[in-house]
Amino acid sequence: MAPVVDTLRLTAEDALALVERKEVSPGELHGAYLDAIGERDGELHAYLRTVETAEGASIPVALKDVISTKGVETTAGSKILSGYTPVFDATVAARCKASGLTLLGKTNTDEFAMGSSTENSAWGPSHNPWDPALVPGGSGGGTAAAVSAGLAPWGLGTDTGGSIKQPSALCGNVGLRPTYGTVSRYGVVAFASSLDQVGPVAKTVRDVALLYSIIAGRDPYDSTTIELPDPVRLPDAERLDGLRIGVPKQLESLDAIESGVRAAFVRSLNAARELGADVGECDLPTSYRYGMPCYYLIAPAEASSNLARYDGVRYGPRTEAATYREMVERTRDEGFGPEPKRRIMLGTYALSAGYFDAFYGQAQKVRTLLIREHREALSRFDVIATPTSPTVAFPLGDKAADPLAMYACDLLTIPSCLAGLPGLSIPCGLSDDLPVGLQLLGPQFGENTLFRTGHALEQALGFDTVPLRWRA
Amino acid sequence: MTWEPVIGLEIHVQLKTRTKMFCRCPAGFGAGENTQTCPVCLGLPGALPVMNRRAIEWTVLLGLALGCEIPGQAVFSRKNYFYPDLPKGYQISQYDMPSCINGSLLLPTAEGDRVIGIVRAHLEEDAAKTVHIGGHSGRIGGADISLVDYNRGGTPLVEIVTAPDIRSADEAKRFLQLLRQTVVELGISDAEMEKGTLRVDANVSVRPSGSVELRTRTEIKNMNSFNFIARGVDAEVERQIGVWESGGEVRQETYDFDAAHGKLTARRAKEEADDYRYFPEPDLVPVEPSRELVERLRSELPELPATRIRRIETALGLDRATVLVTGGLDRLWEGTVTAGADPVASANVIANAVVGAGVEIGAVEPAELARLVEARERIPRAAFDDAIAKVGDSGFTADSYLAQETVSNIAELEPIVDAILGANPGQVQAYRGGKEGLLGFFVGEVMKETQGKANARVVSELLRSKLSG
Repeated sequence: MAPVVDTLRLTAEDALALVERKEVSPGELHGAYLDAIGERDGELHAYLRTVETAEGASIPVALKDVISTKGVETTAGSKILSGYTPVFDATVAARCKASGLTLLGKTNTDEFAMGSSTENSAWGPSHNPWDPALVPGGSGGGTAAAVSAGLAPWGLGTDTGGSIKQPSALCGNVGLRPTYGTVSRYGVVAFASSLDQVGPVAKTVRDVALLYSIIAGRDPYDSTTIELPDPVRLPDAERLDGLRIGVPKQLESLDAIESGVRAAFVRSLNAARELGADVGECDLPTSYRYGMPCYYLIAPAEASSNLARYDGVRYGPRTEAATYREMVERTRDEGFGPEPKRRIMLGTYALSAGYFDAFYGQAQKVRTLLIREHREALSRFDVIATPTSPTVAFPLGDKAADPLAMYACDLLTIPSCLAGLPGLSIPCGLSDDLPVGLQLLGPQFGENTLFRTGHALEQALGFDTVPLRWRA
Repeated sequence: MTWEPVIGLEIHVQLKTRTKMFCRCPAGFGAGENTQTCPVCLGLPGALPVMNRRAIEWTVLLGLALGCEIPGQAVFSRKNYFYPDLPKGYQISQYDMPSCINGSLLLPTAEGDRVIGIVRAHLEEDAAKTVHIGGHSGRIGGADISLVDYNRGGTPLVEIVTAPDIRSADEAKRFLQLLRQTVVELGISDAEMEKGTLRVDANVSVRPSGSVELRTRTEIKNMNSFNFIARGVDAEVERQIGVWESGGEVRQETYDFDAAHGKLTARRAKEEADDYRYFPEPDLVPVEPSRELVERLRSELPELPATRIRRIETALGLDRATVLVTGGLDRLWEGTVTAGADPVASANVIANAVVGAGVEIGAVEPAELARLVEARERIPRAAFDDAIAKVGDSGFTADSYLAQETVSNIAELEPIVDAILGANPGQVQAYRGGKEGLLGFFVGEVMKETQGKANARVVSELLRSKLSG
């Protein structure tokens, strides 16, 4: 008999200690998670596929299905990549393996990471462990649901406009979107290259910091990466004396923020004050007004180009036709779901001759403004705090037919993504018995400050990451 | 009315870097199909480009050789279109911020230097190679099967765009010869048209002489030798003049030049205009060559062909100087002259005899060649030809050939000459009647009789005096 491991409560740090003390073997631990997946994933559909044998000397990790894994099918949640098995590991997958982590499986995602609920996955949606009638958020809903339900100690997601932070908030996990350029994108199926970042999802800030230290740093295969200026420090301080926290004054007039979310946010600001932090007001005038439209020009523009390679010529399914052009058109028509098609069309339009200056060019100028106003705010504050998501988890189907309502889920996460800044989401309380996420934003390479702040608040708030319905 | 051709060229030069532009696959010919590929050059999901530093440096070097400005920042963009030879669905290419801008190449002519403007030289990745089987004309439309070899895909390619400063097909050809030689001497490309490492498209229009307007231009593609380019451009110039003179209007079209028939074929017009939706490649950072790098590369520039033509033309005349330099022969010529040979005689021997014999130029020892040039009148023709053919062999010395003297002794030659004149009374009469070209016939007969050992100049003089007598 394998030793009993309660994967629902086990943090990655505790799991590592168990393996280190040889209380469980990597294989046994892997098996315990597979058992948990067998037990609970029928309902949740967090995983698209699992790996049965542990190939590593450490603990398991779950990877979002946009991360290439050598020999293990990688579909990015899309039919157009069904049956595609990479011949190489993404750099982040290789770094996980090099540090002994065992690949537990590939987690569900909105198709090409385009979405905020996993409902855009070609393979069906994932469900929120807190209430399976609700979405887990997206696009990285699979990883978030898996961590929340104890189906993985930790995992990697990718974040373009909020795909790590928002599902972490909706599932009650900790998620980090790192500073753009600190984690390699090599081997990560591209959505919008200037925004995509890989980041960790776990139950604690310390786990997130630890996994970040494994994957971060310059990669010669990704020219947009650089070495971390400071090594990652695992946070342990419990006070926040002298820390300056800025709250954008624009939040007050954002009607999209639910009152329960607002209440939990205010409680966490009070907790921060009690820990010694100074909480003040900052100004991000452009961010919440133009961030979304700016994002929905730049991201689709890059996506329209990044998704051009799925033409049926070299890999993936092909729909045969009489001519090359017809073959490509039919392959793409049958292979892509509605959301990628919508964004390919948006992006193609935004880049077209005669429209480029008005759309893509203009959006780049707005992006420069966003970078500037964040820099200005972060010159006066160490951290900017906002709710991660304006709402708690919503029912499946609620926004699926209304793209604009779905896009609005990322209202608060998008601006800092455009500015290339790191953001940490930690669970900060409940609203209607559902988790609320607190978003902490820092300057470039400010991860250590975010870890310190997040860890101290985490200790003070004492959030229980186990979904209510499974608490003994 | 007379017409003036207005010609601009777009030249693609494949760089001979060891590896491809954005991955570490070997670049070059000869390997089996699709064996020099990797996730990057196959466009697999998630693969990212990483710039080849050497290719960037070589592009800057070429730009400096063409007198270009090297902007502090160059940016790669994505050129988006679908084609099976383009695995990512876009080509990475410098677009509005190229590595080299605003240069010129001075083309030496009898009327002074012609300044051919270089608008830009930019770096891009080459497409893969496609072969279409079945259907017609080797095009993808209507083909039964299209095969793609991705080995070539991702090879660094420099595109050089000239201003519309070229005024004749012959000038285009001479410009290309000079440019090609420049590229070859920089050591950055083999620049061989037959291998496709040098490709040229020509933009052609005509206008009334004296006018400065620019009329509608057409593009000619698929010309795979300098001579074909000259013929293609000539044919197009003639066609356009015909169109204008018959009251028509030249339309903007693309033509293929069919060298076998000397014909231009218009490509089927596309239904819609190309829109490549260029935008800056987000997977790469801008290229920012440092001032130190640019100055180091500038200091490494060798003396360029155009300069050398000007330097040696005083001794040789422009045409000979151009032939020597663009043929890569002038270094040998200089060595030969330095070793004491006559400049013009050396030039002629090198450009005609040495090249004609297929000798490897770099292997020739100039001092030995100088001795042959200097002695070429004294030794039998056959001995000279034989010596030239072997002049590039290792360990070649002129000595064994120089030992053979020609027969210049008139007493020895006179009876032979007399016998030949006696045996050909008809030709003698014709010569005296004005057909002086027959002199060569008599010289040839004497050479035959003496097995090539007679001194041609002495024989000619002897014949002339006897025939005029």
